[in-house]
Amino acid sequence: MPGGISAGLAIQASYFVTAVLFIMGLKRMSSPVTARSGILWAGAGMLVATLITFLYPGMSNYGLILPAMLIGGVLAWWSGKRVAMTNIPQMIALYNGMGGGAAAAIAAVELYRGGTEGYASTTLAVAGGIIGAVSFSGSLIAFGKLQGLITRSIRFRGQQLLNLLLLAVALVLGALVAAQLDASLAVVTGFFLLALLLGLTMTLPIGGADMPVVISLYNALTGLAVGLEGFVLNNAAMIIAGTVVGSAGTLLTQLMAKAMNRSLGNVLFSGFGDTGTAATGEVSGSLKPIEASDAGVMMAFASKVIVVPGYGMAVAQAQHKVWELCQLLIERGVQLRFAIHPVAGRMPGHMNVLLAEAGVPYDLIADLDEINAEFETADVALIIGANDVVNPVARTDKSSPIYGMPILNADKAKNVIVIKRGKGAGFSGIENALFYLDNTRMLYGDGQKAAAELIQAIKAVE
Amino acid sequence: MTGMVALYIFMLAAFTGYEVISRVPVILHTPLMSGSNFVHGIVLVGAMVALGGAHTPLEKTIGFIGVLLGAGNAMGGYVVTERMLEMFKSSGARAARQRPH
Repeated sequence: MPGGISAGLAIQASYFVTAVLFIMGLKRMSSPVTARSGILWAGAGMLVATLITFLYPGMSNYGLILPAMLIGGVLAWWSGKRVAMTNIPQMIALYNGMGGGAAAAIAAVELYRGGTEGYASTTLAVAGGIIGAVSFSGSLIAFGKLQGLITRSIRFRGQQLLNLLLLAVALVLGALVAAQLDASLAVVTGFFLLALLLGLTMTLPIGGADMPVVISLYNALTGLAVGLEGFVLNNAAMIIAGTVVGSAGTLLTQLMAKAMNRSLGNVLFSGFGDTGTAATGEVSGSLKPIEASDAGVMMAFASKVIVVPGYGMAVAQAQHKVWELCQLLIERGVQLRFAIHPVAGRMPGHMNVLLAEAGVPYDLIADLDEINAEFETADVALIIGANDVVNPVARTDKSSPIYGMPILNADKAKNVIVIKRGKGAGFSGIENALFYLDNTRMLYGDGQKAAAELIQAIKAVE
Repeated sequence: MTGMVALYIFMLAAFTGYEVISRVPVILHTPLMSGSNFVHGIVLVGAMVALGGAHTPLEKTIGFIGVLLGAGNAMGGYVVTERMLEMFKSSGARAARQRPH
């Protein structure tokens, strides 16, 4: 049929264009100058691929495809538009989980209807299915944790054993299907249910502090699952896009784990975040509070101030007030920089996004390697909602769970002012030795309110 | 597609992903993760094909869910990434914009 052949050619050509647009788009997204056009390129690629797929030979069920696209697309568009920048990480987790779920659904449909031909194709469908399903349920848990829907990390004895057991049984069932020994409804269904359960039990015990790494890992896994299902469907756009994301995501996950000085295995298999062993650690000294007016004067007459923002700033939505404060200081001739720890916030670069939202030019923002030597010459280090990333225990105390993690050397500054909501420990549950130093003063209060008070104090100086 | 060709494509695509992301400044890590999250939204295309070939009610139901999830991945990933990158302007452009007030 000539029509079928030309449609097939048009589809292949369009997928090729899509793959090129995706890769060029990602490339453009890796530089701040071209980043904005990058997403447009990738978006154009997605549009081309989606439209041409309607011409796929032998397609039916348009009455189901269109409403499904409409419902999913509109809900995601609506939620993506109205989510606050602070909550972006969990939305990425959610959308990523949806992608994993879609990959698992493709595998399920193909396996149920026996659409795969040969051992290789069936094995790839099974592999993509388990990875996609784990990514789906795992990402939903990550979303729930970051959104505050799940507040506890559930751990019990023998948890690793249970996970291993689940994985083993899922793999056995998967192997039965892949070897085409038993691809009955019950076996395929059991396989997917176990994979979904595995995602839950794997992610539930992981502490919130490790969530960025976990989301990044699931992003890579979804990419891989999409690539594998691409092989099953013989779909070049899926193969290339999925594999590119799979490897890029793996690299990104490694970078993040390295920034936290933890191996990926450590993140996944050791309970961390609220072990509480070091929380009772022997920190000497006392917490010394300071009034906003005194802190404002201290900063107004400083010649160099370094601001260290953390997740607390994001929670308090304080980025705009903080930038207003910093602009006042800059007008007074204070030399000011922002110091960003690689894992400050809930994702690498999360703080940069928030500061960019407030209007901070990115040349005022320095990363760890750039800024660490400068703390010694700073008059004031202003810590806003950051905790573990400035804890000097990471340098000194070998028994601490965060020992060895590179930190911002805020303790080397002449004065340290810490804006903090309460007296509790950080996300990791570890007591922060920085807060007890002689040159540290605590400014208790919500980040936004404290910044507003500091602004008043500095204005009063004039 | 023969097995060997498929393997070559897999290998080359994997290296491409690694190369594209390896020289990225930290400030773009979140947008880039979000961007790559959008790119694997291409799973929508596969879900459409799977639903398009589904016959039984079970297959149709799962296919429907797949298309819905895939569309959510693509659309949500795009909107969030676009919003994030919207904020990245060079300090020169920003200074020009802020000068009036």
